[in-house]
Amino acid sequence: MTALLAVENLSTRFRLKRGGGEIRALHRVSFTVAAGQTLGVVGESGSGKSTLARSILRLVEAREGRVLFDGEDLLALDAARLRQRRRDLQMIFQDPFASLDPRFSVRRLLEEPLMVHGLGDRAARQRRVAELLQQVGLDPGAAEHYPHEFSGGQRQRIGIARAVALNPRVIVADEPVSALDVSIQAQILNLLMDLRDRLQLTYLFISHDLAVVRAIADRVAVMYLGEIVEWAPAEALYRQPRHPYSEALLSAVPDPARRGRRIVLQGELPSPDRPPAGCPFHTRCPKVMAHCANEPPPEVELGTAEAPHRVRCHLYGDRVPGSVQASQPLYSRA
Amino acid sequence: MSLLEIEGLTVAFRRTGGGEVAVVEELSLALAPGEILGLVGESGCGKSVTARSILRLLPSPPARILAGSIRFAGQEVLALNAAALRALRGGSVAMVFQEPMTSLNPTLSIGFQIDEALRLHGMASRRQRRERVQELLRLVGIGAADWRLAQYPFELSGGLRQRVMIAIALANGPRLLIADEPTTALDVTIQAQILELLGQLRRELGMAILLISHDLQMVAEFCDRVAVMYAGRIVEEAPAQQLFEQPRHPYTAGLLAARPSLAGGRGRLVTIPGQVPPPGRRPAGCAFHTRCPRVLPRCAAERPPLEANVACWSPVP
Repeated sequence: MTALLAVENLSTRFRLKRGGGEIRALHRVSFTVAAGQTLGVVGESGSGKSTLARSILRLVEAREGRVLFDGEDLLALDAARLRQRRRDLQMIFQDPFASLDPRFSVRRLLEEPLMVHGLGDRAARQRRVAELLQQVGLDPGAAEHYPHEFSGGQRQRIGIARAVALNPRVIVADEPVSALDVSIQAQILNLLMDLRDRLQLTYLFISHDLAVVRAIADRVAVMYLGEIVEWAPAEALYRQPRHPYSEALLSAVPDPARRGRRIVLQGELPSPDRPPAGCPFHTRCPKVMAHCANEPPPEVELGTAEAPHRVRCHLYGDRVPGSVQASQPLYSRA
Repeated sequence: MSLLEIEGLTVAFRRTGGGEVAVVEELSLALAPGEILGLVGESGCGKSVTARSILRLLPSPPARILAGSIRFAGQEVLALNAAALRALRGGSVAMVFQEPMTSLNPTLSIGFQIDEALRLHGMASRRQRRERVQELLRLVGIGAADWRLAQYPFELSGGLRQRVMIAIALANGPRLLIADEPTTALDVTIQAQILELLGQLRRELGMAILLISHDLQMVAEFCDRVAVMYAGRIVEEAPAQQLFEQPRHPYTAGLLAARPSLAGGRGRLVTIPGQVPPPGRRPAGCAFHTRCPRVLPRCAAERPPLEANVACWSPVP
């Protein structure tokens, strides 16, 4: 299966206003997404997952790297070509209210992208609006209403209708269900899965919620301080996370069935303007070794060519033979 | 004897268009000393209004307690005068909120704010207060360095701010801590740290905790007992493990099933159809009957009482 989206060595930095320093928002990020698949991107605040989404869509400019969409490097496109290409890559945001202009009716909100791209006459657009509403499970009458008249879940349906209006091939969804109540979350996740299958969409699904990602993703990328520390098939990652951070992150998810067996990480995420030398996770890692503080870990392939499973961790590097078995579990347990 | 006993609490809010609408209705719950009780539900179910009613923190108007009784250590909170209420708040009963940034004063150092909590509750000796501040910081795992005390809230991460809030809450040795979504704004690894801290404080200080949350999984893992709210009422209450393993109310069962789990696979989720009715438009009878997969004809007509842990005419067997 060839990749529809391939991100290669993507790095994004933000200049600090004070002191001339830089924030390393994204550092050497690489992955691929096959057509029709969903890549879940997980990580905590400050891990760079939203910057990743914005860098891919060129809402912020990356410092280096390539974003190949259908073989074409989006980062190399001129403005006109990029505008054309953007039809194929759409975004869904966490807060649909903030992303929908409150002065516009739903009809206007859904027609706007069609008009911007000069698609269809008035009658055709009307038909398309009706079709979109039906696809996302909203009443046809919703077209004449305004965003504030809808609940959070319904607003997210409008946001989704707007994102699929131009028949995109890739949808980047940034925390699309995080602001919703549990019973509404499930409805929206099901809608996203239905649309993926029906419209053959490819998703980049960004979330801090590992359980939500479990339901929708085929593969998962775990981010920490701007880096992907583990990139794996979802099944493999959830069954046996290989990076100590992935392991701790999964273990932190509340689970009533577990009751009192948990890795509690000490300390907090270091500031991205002063990322630790060596492995970015070494300051909190329960399995830290001496050289983790000095040398950036190698990217190790633990999977196969068909199902890659990559980890950036010295535990699997050639410097420490047999370290996986030898390493002591040092983490504190609650 | 119960430490906290709420009986028949009904709280209404004045509507902009006139009239009042009940947000919490005939709610009863009890909390034993040293117990952790979780109060869970989705947005608008009335869980935060319940929490704030206990310390009478709701602005009135628009809020008004229409009926009920709230007894803390045998004393009727609803009958307290202003001075007694001030002594109770931050004294025997303390509260922690979701967003510490809005509860902390941004213009005062954290050392000053913890010290203030002690001063307001009558600890006169400066030296004694200084020792107690150090002790509190150690207790919440911040470490009692002097430079920490000089820091301002904006200089702290979300997790540290929440620890400061907890230190302030603990200042006067409360017997009950009310925590309203204390970890909702935090990352999951920081949430794990804060929950571990709360559990440890309960063990060491014997303090009871009322934990308000939307997260049923978190509450079921952390609490001794859980009460589930829907549309202003408690629909089910049970020991945490039992509630999680054998939910009786169709709403509880639906909430548990709708939430994806790490152990569950990939694919479609179970959903609860429709959405939570807003206060003022709650259906008659059982408020859940319009969304319930086990609905019976009588559910629309008669409201089920909370009996044997569940308020339902057709509980899950």
